[in-house]
Amino acid sequence: MSIQLLTILIVGASFALYIAIALWARAGSTQEFYVAGGDVHPIANGMATAADWMSAASFISMAGLISFMGYDGGVYLMGWTGGYVLLALCLAPYLRKFGKFTVPDFIGDRYYSQVARTVAVVCAIFISFTYVAGQMRGVGVVFSRFLEVDILTGVIIGMGVVFFYAVLGGMKGITYTQVAQYCVLIFAYLVPAVFISIMITGNPIPQLGMGDTLADGSGTYLLDKLDGLSQELGFTAYTSGTKSKVDVFFITAALMVGTAGLPHVIVRFFTVPKVRDARKSAGWALLFIALLYTTAPSIAAFARVNMINTINGPDGQGIAREQAPSWINNWEKTGLISWEDKNDDGRMYYAGDERNEMTIDRDIMVMANPEIANLPAWVIALVAAGGIAAALSTSAGLLLVISTSVSHDLLKRNLMPDISDRQELRYARGAAAVAVVIAGYLGVNPPGFVAQVVAFAFGLAAASFFPAIILGIFSRRMNKEGAISGMLSGVTFTAAYIVYFKFVNPGANVPENWLWGISPEGIGTLGMLLNFAVALVVSRFTPDAPEEVQAMVESIRFPKGSGEAQAH
Amino acid sequence: MSFEDHTLAKAYWRENIRLLLSLLLIWFVVSFGFGILWVEELNSIRLGGFKLGFWFSQQGAIYSFVVLIFVYVVKMNRLDRKYNVHED
Repeated sequence: MSIQLLTILIVGASFALYIAIALWARAGSTQEFYVAGGDVHPIANGMATAADWMSAASFISMAGLISFMGYDGGVYLMGWTGGYVLLALCLAPYLRKFGKFTVPDFIGDRYYSQVARTVAVVCAIFISFTYVAGQMRGVGVVFSRFLEVDILTGVIIGMGVVFFYAVLGGMKGITYTQVAQYCVLIFAYLVPAVFISIMITGNPIPQLGMGDTLADGSGTYLLDKLDGLSQELGFTAYTSGTKSKVDVFFITAALMVGTAGLPHVIVRFFTVPKVRDARKSAGWALLFIALLYTTAPSIAAFARVNMINTINGPDGQGIAREQAPSWINNWEKTGLISWEDKNDDGRMYYAGDERNEMTIDRDIMVMANPEIANLPAWVIALVAAGGIAAALSTSAGLLLVISTSVSHDLLKRNLMPDISDRQELRYARGAAAVAVVIAGYLGVNPPGFVAQVVAFAFGLAAASFFPAIILGIFSRRMNKEGAISGMLSGVTFTAAYIVYFKFVNPGANVPENWLWGISPEGIGTLGMLLNFAVALVVSRFTPDAPEEVQAMVESIRFPKGSGEAQAH
Repeated sequence: MSFEDHTLAKAYWRENIRLLLSLLLIWFVVSFGFGILWVEELNSIRLGGFKLGFWFSQQGAIYSFVVLIFVYVVKMNRLDRKYNVHED
């Protein structure tokens, strides 16, 4: 059976599964639509959170990035997992006890202010759209490479499926579909990793294989071999990076804090019945995430060795173009690999200096990995289904944040407080439908800056929500003046820095020009510190939060008496 | 008010903060410390094929994070029961 047919079968079967789950888990009330009825089991919630969190970027791009960055890739590994510790310890249990539907709900009520609520809604919608455009693009890429349909058709199919279960099922449909999607994506990620680990090191556990000796009988450790190869070819050693220490520190911190401030991640902890479950499900979520995140660096290292060997050949002289393995031809068609025969010897050569003749897009490493390693066709089809599952699960979670922000925070809590539960549900579905269409449009016609704006999403989440929520819980007296001025200064500073280096003057985006050597990717950390500082200073000179708000803060600090999440 | 008196509420919160800060200290040390600030020093130690600092930044920190959260869950449940503020 051809790879294409197999891919259609496997992807089609996974779609049928998601739709069946959506039909079974239809939402009947806003309570089910927003927080899945509030009775999701912590392990199921952990899986759903993991699928929600691990996007097309985690599944498709991350191992590829690490493969090219070596040690520096650790910023993603630590950054995108460490935030869960902050979530579990500092945010999730308290927000669960607070017991509302959304992040702007908390900000608006805690800071007794519609201005604060509106700032939060705008940030939530902006962050979510930034993110969802990238997901739809991921779906399109997978479809166009493996099913050989054009990106437009791919995106429309993806939109259709998400539309169906997000609009119909709300959070309830999304949660149970995400559980299925987690299983698909983790299976699809681990299978090729195990195969390749056995082939390269003889060790079936990729996490251990990475630190093992090569299976070729030489007795050399894989990582030593990789360090040697990298240096021979003019790169820095794989296990040491090129970024400055201060930059690595700030990027890691921005990603961690950003993760803990992302509304679509936080809202997941409103779906469990108890405070105890909110804590526990953060642990399960991270465990499920860790399964993929500790496999990724192994895949990165294996892929690097494999790629160098198949291009440069066992003798390191380069492989003649006619004898190139089929994955190079396949991916050349998509334009993601190209070869320029600089020295006219008809051989390909990959290196880090002027000898290099290959241009290789980092994003293809995970998708091409099974082909590079010559794995059976069904594994390749499985990876395609996994990539789509990762993209769909994240988009659905984001679409829900957008739709609740509109129907709940903007309409119900702001503009039209008198609408009934039924009407609110209708608006929520309408908003989800509109959001799917906009996301699809952005996926087909991606603004040229999609890659750049991801730094935005994390930077803004770090500089806006995180300090406001932390202070709202841990400082009883923090008032609206402090919180609002903190959020505004954090966001303005972060946005201005990113816009300047990414859009206004991209030519100046080099370490010499950065403030204290901090790149735009890491500037959210500084924005967060600024937010904290401004909020604390301003609150000193303005009246304390009112008594009833302080009493509310006291009451979210212990679990007893937590009810279901509710609107009022 | 679920606490019997205000002093108990304060004591509960103080114990909570102490647990939180000690776990966050470990969180900081395994990631920012071992994985970034002291990575070169640790890289002189080897764990099989891994240099230790590199291992922390690519795997070790993540394992520690998972353990930290579950330790927190267990300790907090115990603390909730001690002050009788757990959910039924």
